[in-house]
Amino acid sequence: MKKLSMLSILMAAISLTFSQASLAACGEIHLGSAISLTGKYATNGIHAKNGYEYAIQKIKENGGVMVDGKCYNFRVTYYDDESKGDRGATLAERLISQDKVQYMLGPYSSGMTKAIAPVTEKYKIPMVEAEGASRSLFNKGYKYLFAVLSTSEQYLASAVTLAGEMAEKQGKKASSVKVAIAVENDPFSLDIRAGVSEDAAKLGMKVVIDEKLPRDLSDMSAILTKVKLLKPDLLIVSGHSKGAATAVRQIEEQNIKVPMIAITHCEAADVTGKFGDAANDILCSTQWAETLAYKDPLFGSASEYEMGFKNAYPEYKDKKVPYQTAQATAAVYVFKDAFERAGSLDKEKVRDAISETDLMTFYGGIKFSAAGNNIAKPMVLRQIQDGKYNVVAPSAFASHKLNWPRK
Amino acid sequence: MDQILGNIGLLFEFPVVNLKIVLDGIMVGALFALAAYGLALVWGVMNVKNLAQGDFVISGGYVSWYLVQNGFPALLGVPVAFVVMWGIGWVVYKLVISRVIERDLFTSLLATFGLAIMMAQILNLLFGSDTQSVDLDYDVLYFFDGFIDVPIAKLIGVLMASVLAAGVIIFMKSSRMGQAIRATAQDARAARVMGIDTEKVYAFTFSLNSAICGAAGAIIVMVWVIQPFYGISYSIRAFVIVTAAGLGNLPGVIAAGLGIGALEQYGAHIFGIGYQQAIAVMLLLLVLLVRLIQQRRNRQVLK
Repeated sequence: MKKLSMLSILMAAISLTFSQASLAACGEIHLGSAISLTGKYATNGIHAKNGYEYAIQKIKENGGVMVDGKCYNFRVTYYDDESKGDRGATLAERLISQDKVQYMLGPYSSGMTKAIAPVTEKYKIPMVEAEGASRSLFNKGYKYLFAVLSTSEQYLASAVTLAGEMAEKQGKKASSVKVAIAVENDPFSLDIRAGVSEDAAKLGMKVVIDEKLPRDLSDMSAILTKVKLLKPDLLIVSGHSKGAATAVRQIEEQNIKVPMIAITHCEAADVTGKFGDAANDILCSTQWAETLAYKDPLFGSASEYEMGFKNAYPEYKDKKVPYQTAQATAAVYVFKDAFERAGSLDKEKVRDAISETDLMTFYGGIKFSAAGNNIAKPMVLRQIQDGKYNVVAPSAFASHKLNWPRK
Repeated sequence: MDQILGNIGLLFEFPVVNLKIVLDGIMVGALFALAAYGLALVWGVMNVKNLAQGDFVISGGYVSWYLVQNGFPALLGVPVAFVVMWGIGWVVYKLVISRVIERDLFTSLLATFGLAIMMAQILNLLFGSDTQSVDLDYDVLYFFDGFIDVPIAKLIGVLMASVLAAGVIIFMKSSRMGQAIRATAQDARAARVMGIDTEKVYAFTFSLNSAICGAAGAIIVMVWVIQPFYGISYSIRAFVIVTAAGLGNLPGVIAAGLGIGALEQYGAHIFGIGYQQAIAVMLLLLVLLVRLIQQRRNRQVLK
């Protein structure tokens, strides 16, 4: 017995040295990220951070990043930006000038990205971000900013098209559709509003309600009362998790009958879990869904990614893996791909490699425009049908038929 | 501008909307009034302006939410939040407030401001920053062709708020402790001379305030949503109400609470929901202006 235990200790010691040796063989690529771990964006900030960490772990398990024949692993230094823009910019400075970070992962939200992008641009630090969708990020001529997600004006614009199609099916004109918009007063939601009102104007639709939600929203009955009076055919709500939760709860409470309701952040607010049937037939925009048929060699298919992630993070067991997490993972994947193609740790070469990315991932195609936004991936619209999220638009990917009008 | 006119037009076109707005406002206002009454109590008795008022409300909401997560009925949340927050209030008093009572206004403001930040972050660490709510499976009553909706949950909430308010009034009027609190508020030194243990009164008052807030929060989580960082909006309203109604004027506090609730809803309807909180702050400005003019008239000087 004693011998055996001696042996096992020896074995353990050997395996330890080996694992240390294999660790030492891999170098380290140091990334930095100022991300919201506290404050109003903390929920999604943490989703994003988990997505980054999962990707890093997965890359490590699969042999790391091979740059010019040598293997590397990613390590990220995180700072908490407290969901405040000025703080984010300061922390980005600190990451770059004190921690000597050469590559950045993005923060959460368009506002925070907007605050940090000028800093990374100034120091010529390539930043791949996954959570800032505002289109205003991509008309400033930034050269070191790349985003894997679709820009935000596309988020709910497809709902407008869909509402027009439904009207025509009923024998009415698309221009007869009345649209109600209630969005938060932040860069992301204002883009959604811009995208929706642009498309509505193109189809000649009338916007009957156009309101901005406050930051600390907990009651939107005033808007819903107006909805009741003006009877729009399409209601658009965007206000992060709190907007989704408040909208779903009060739409049920006030018995609002609108044929089509489209909102953002359904999963983040867990509207099906919290409000059950009240959430039925609501349309949710998403960057990504685990039922999509995208695939890559590292993470597998979209559904394999979801399973793998749930195993690594059991706290997501009972809910959907939010797209915020998936796209964060994709951002790290872009870095891995770019480093390998660049064959160098020189940040200029890496930047050029990123800009030439043409990658198929579990999250969708990734190909950057000259402005840095991803042009290879469409937005997806899903409908909550009996508590399940089913893809209904765009019709090319739709797995289910749209329930219309909403009961 | 067109939209504002259109919104005002709606009020006349569909008069029943006015009723709905007032009802909604009263339901919100009842809860504002509770938090404001606690603030008035602490302000009046110990001259501490508690900037963490809203965070006590939110903490109470989380107590109730936590209970429901663990399978307890939602309505139990209100008394439990009352008791738990009483305890937390007492601890906070002993740790922080008792050290700043005798100091100047600025110190107590700073201390409670720090407390507010601490509480919000602790809640965030404990429960995460998701918006949370407790869904009561009660029906919604509809009147006027479904134009007016009164969720029974809200009705219960308002009822509980009024029972609590009534309880506190009776307590303050008739119990020995209530008398002691009122005596201390009038003149702490005289009260001490008369043998009242003011330290005990202070601790009791602060705990009572915390408990009232906690119960209000437990009601709020049943009717609206809470988030660790929502405290400030309740603090602001409590300050507006107390400034408008004055200290030691409970009917005034209730009236002001209900009034602000209703006015905010009107403001949200006419100017857009984004201006809801701006309207509360505008009211505060107005009240301060009116008070200033009133006091100018009363100002007397010794010659």
